[in-house]
Amino acid sequence: MPINLLDEEDVSSSTRDCHWTLNFGPQHPATHTTLRLILELDGETIVGATPDIGYLHSGFEKLGEHLNLNQYVTVVDRKNYISPPMNEVAWHNAVEKLLEIELTPRCKYVRVIIGELARICDHLLCTGASALDLGAFTAFLYAFNTRELIYDIYEEMSGYRFHPGYTRVGGVMYDFSDRVIDRIEKLLATLPKVISDMEKLLFRNKIFLERMRGVGVLTKADAISFCTSGPIARASGVTYDIRKDEPYLAYPDFEFDVPYATEGDCYARFHVRMEEMVQSIRILRQALDKLPGGPVNVAIAEKFPLPDKGTTYGSMEGLIQHFELIMPNRGFDTPKNEIYAAVEGPSGELGYYLVTDGTQVAWRTRTRPPSFIHFQLFPHLIRNHMISDVVAVLGSLNIIAAELDR
Amino acid sequence: MSNATKTATTLLRDLRGKLGEGVFSVSEHLDNLRLLVPSSRLIEVLTALRDGFGYQLTELGGTDYLGYPARSAVKPRFEVHYALLNYDLAERLIVKTFADDPDPTVPSVVGLWKGADWMEREVFDMYGIVFEGHPDLRRILMPEAFRSFPLRKDYPLRGRGERHNFDRVTREDS
Repeated sequence: MPINLLDEEDVSSSTRDCHWTLNFGPQHPATHTTLRLILELDGETIVGATPDIGYLHSGFEKLGEHLNLNQYVTVVDRKNYISPPMNEVAWHNAVEKLLEIELTPRCKYVRVIIGELARICDHLLCTGASALDLGAFTAFLYAFNTRELIYDIYEEMSGYRFHPGYTRVGGVMYDFSDRVIDRIEKLLATLPKVISDMEKLLFRNKIFLERMRGVGVLTKADAISFCTSGPIARASGVTYDIRKDEPYLAYPDFEFDVPYATEGDCYARFHVRMEEMVQSIRILRQALDKLPGGPVNVAIAEKFPLPDKGTTYGSMEGLIQHFELIMPNRGFDTPKNEIYAAVEGPSGELGYYLVTDGTQVAWRTRTRPPSFIHFQLFPHLIRNHMISDVVAVLGSLNIIAAELDR
Repeated sequence: MSNATKTATTLLRDLRGKLGEGVFSVSEHLDNLRLLVPSSRLIEVLTALRDGFGYQLTELGGTDYLGYPARSAVKPRFEVHYALLNYDLAERLIVKTFADDPDPTVPSVVGLWKGADWMEREVFDMYGIVFEGHPDLRRILMPEAFRSFPLRKDYPLRGRGERHNFDRVTREDS
């Protein structure tokens, strides 16, 4: 007997019996890193999402209470591992602000340069991986090929390709040599073409536009209420950039624009990141042209930096300073006070709440982790979208698990 | 810098005018202006700062001061700090509140800023400070079955052996 469709029960989506749960587990190629989403679905529409994090929690903040202010820079690198030098710049920015150290002009430029390189590195990965998740493999490879040039720069400046551990209290590990500058010039020669290639591949592709426009819309009021910052906030209309509004290091010397959008969807965030790369190229060009000479570490008399071999063996102060810094239980004093200082990282405001207690080991190193704060947005953004929008939204939020979990 | 100090003094004067004297005390270090507020007046102060003066939350975290050299023993052990930012004036402000040792509790600000949700969960997870009024206060970074509060100063760096004693789910059980 044929089934009479009029006998079917009228199942409306408001009945909870037909909702089913899908675990978008910690091991999945589309969740870039180990994070877990428990999606509650009505057919293919997402009704609710619960993130479950903590798979990569390694106690970075506890480690900060047991490591020297210079040693902690290696741990800090490993948080936002896509753009390690920016974490270092942020960390030592907070430390030097609390210790009231005034950096040399050359050091400020060097830190701006490594910060902007880190920003380009992060945005290339975020845009490339967003495109990869939607199926655009070529754009991803173009971006990753260019990141190899950035790794070459890190390798030349510090010896490490990935986690340089380059900054120190009062300066940096080694000064920039001409070979570093050559490699940066090589990057600046190839990067504009890569960005324009990626734009040509993606921005007129109907599939890309349909999957990104109108998906995961974040209004300006919500962006402020959820404490967002960086490209995600700027794509929703919150035009705040710490480099322009509270300038630090050498940013007042440079002329650059801050891109923003008002739609607040995935496409706007993607576009803002691509434009920020173009602006970073402008800053790098100006920084290389105006790079001042002089010492890169603060003077020995300030008692913070480790002197180089020539000064150590050639002067009494250098020898004493080297001894004081290397031997345990000696070294510079820190104030018994606390401070909050932030820089503009690639995923948002990267700040540290630092409490020191007079010794060289910090008392409390709280990171303001932009990825952690932005991942709260996910259940709000993904409501009433489909499963395939999960990867688009997740890619546009630029969640990096090591910063999420620390 | 003088512009910032002028804004700070006008802000403090207007805030005192709105809330009355004796609600908060002020300390300053470098360019951080800090308001120290008892937890009973916290929501009042933060609501006034958000609605009346346009300060929005950017960061929320906790600190454990057990054994801190610059503090006398009678001060409360835990502090929760709220880093606020006024987007239009580019002015920052830190508000700090206190919680004492057995059963530390602080009112939750999730009603004011939705982004405080996970940050308060993390402070609860790491320190054990209970946020009253939080819709879903449970552990976020540590596993649910974890019993201690890791960032407290009396918790050792390498833990107490919990990682070797987690419940194992075997194929027969699941």
